[in-house]
Amino acid sequence: MTSLYDEVQAPPAEGVPTRRVTIKVNGADRTVDVEPRLLLAHLLRQGLKLTGTHSGCDSSNCGACVILFDGRPIKSCTMLAVQADGHSLETVEGLASASELHPIQEGFKEEHGLQCGFCTPGMMLAAKALLEVNDDPTEDEIRWALSGNLCRCTGYQNIVKSVLWAAKKMRAEAN
Amino acid sequence: MYPSRFGYEAPKTIDEAIAILDKYAGEAKVLSGGQSLIPVIKLRFAAPEMLVDINGIPGLDYNRVDPDGSIHIGALCRHEDLENNELMEKHAPTIAAAAPLVSDPIVRTRGTFVGSVCHADPQGDWAATMTAMGGHIVAQGPNGTREIAMNDFVIGPFQNTLAYNEIAIEAVIPAPKGVRVGSYLKLERRVGDFATASVAVSLEMNGETVIGAGIALASVGGRTIDATAAAQSLVGNKITPELIAEVAAAVAATAEPRTDHRGSSDYKRQIVKTFVTRILTGLATTSQKAA
Ligand SMILES: Cc1cc2nc3c(=O)[nH]c(=O)nc-3n(C[C@H](O)[C@H](O)[C@H](O)COP(=O)(O)OP(=O)(O)OC[C@H]3O[C@@H](n4cnc5c(N)ncnc54)[C@H](O)[C@@H]3O)c2cc1C
Ligand code: FES
Ligand code: FES
Repeated sequence: MTSLYDEVQAPPAEGVPTRRVTIKVNGADRTVDVEPRLLLAHLLRQGLKLTGTHSGCDSSNCGACVILFDGRPIKSCTMLAVQADGHSLETVEGLASASELHPIQEGFKEEHGLQCGFCTPGMMLAAKALLEVNDDPTEDEIRWALSGNLCRCTGYQNIVKSVLWAAKKMRAEAN
Repeated sequence: MYPSRFGYEAPKTIDEAIAILDKYAGEAKVLSGGQSLIPVIKLRFAAPEMLVDINGIPGLDYNRVDPDGSIHIGALCRHEDLENNELMEKHAPTIAAAAPLVSDPIVRTRGTFVGSVCHADPQGDWAATMTAMGGHIVAQGPNGTREIAMNDFVIGPFQNTLAYNEIAIEAVIPAPKGVRVGSYLKLERRVGDFATASVAVSLEMNGETVIGAGIALASVGGRTIDATAAAQSLVGNKITPELIAEVAAAVAATAEPRTDHRGSSDYKRQIVKTFVTRILTGLATTSQKAA
């Protein structure tokens, strides 16, 4: 349970109304009390300690905080935690199993799709959303789908290659 | 960035939502896609007492063309629903052309067409599109629904004419008199940036003759600019290079751009002229081929 708004100095003052919400996060139901103004990115990072979701610009521009909301990519810094009540979320922590990397993660490893890694969780989830609707994307389609995610390091070339690598592997696994 | 405190309700019907807005008498705000409202409350440009989240209201996520040819876009139709949308490509080419240029692909999964029109950002792509296409908003309040034409709806930067207890439930574009053609061009520095300048054109054609014309501009003034009056010399005529030059100059004269980090005022006006020329030249070629 968390009702804290951690980075505001104090927990909600006595009498500040909170709402109880139940959110499926990476397959498991989590029930939390939240203040309506708590942002989803902050619930994930500070409340649920899922720090794989990054906070880059905090102003809806960079895509570092991208997660999947009922399967579609959203910027978690631009959604309230209360809005996720009854919905299903996937964060980067949900990609790998205990023993195996997700093919998208493998792709980023094989093709050097990251340098500092800050943009990587958002990139991978945006890529996952693309591959779910298009299992054989062209380079252009990948660039288009990732155009809301900024990377300061790689120059994007290897990110695109990583997604192509993952798409190929996922197609092979599907057959 | 943290918004200041507010209450939150997620009603399941439009009537309930209206009742909450009514009770808060101007201190409540509708939350649809949240892609403008949440940034605004994070920056504390606004501090509503109550947010009324309409995302849980069923039946508002449609976009459709009625048998009479009118286009209807529900309050929860997201930007991305209008992308690669065959109905829009056929019946509302201006919308189809603008859809992939609004914000970035992630914002487009949440942001709504109607929410964007309500936000009334002078840089907004949908308000310009709706203005060029002669659309109106259907507003519902405690006493029922009313239609508000675009020019009466957006009255200034970030200002619409909804009453505090009204919700925009649908955007409507009336049936065209002939065949509707059109396009949208936007100059942006990078994906997700607002436009340096953009131009929406929507024409109604009878063969090669223009029988209705609407043009609107975004990002080149303190509000969405309706340049329809400047386009009227097209009506009753075939689109010729001379006419294109005349209309492009007249439309560019309606722009009120300001010099800023995206470019000088002269530059932006030149972009408007170029975009009008490009769009009309393209439409002239296709209408000749079709005729
Ligand atoms: C990074 C980024 C880039 C962007 N780039 C662009 C761009 O290039 N072009 C562009 O046009 N937009 C752009 N936007 C804005 C985006 O398109 C928003 O989605 C849109 O402006 C608002 O729609 P919304 O559904 O998100 O509305 P919200 O943010 O939920 O609401 C916006 C305002 O409208 C009111 N409102 C919303 N829906 C209703 C309703 N049904 N009835 C009554 N009032 C309502 C709200 O109370 C609020 O005041 C960008 C946003 C971001 C974050
Ligand atoms: S942190 Fe959310 S978009 Fe940058
Ligand atoms: S790897 Fe550093 S920002 Fe992308």
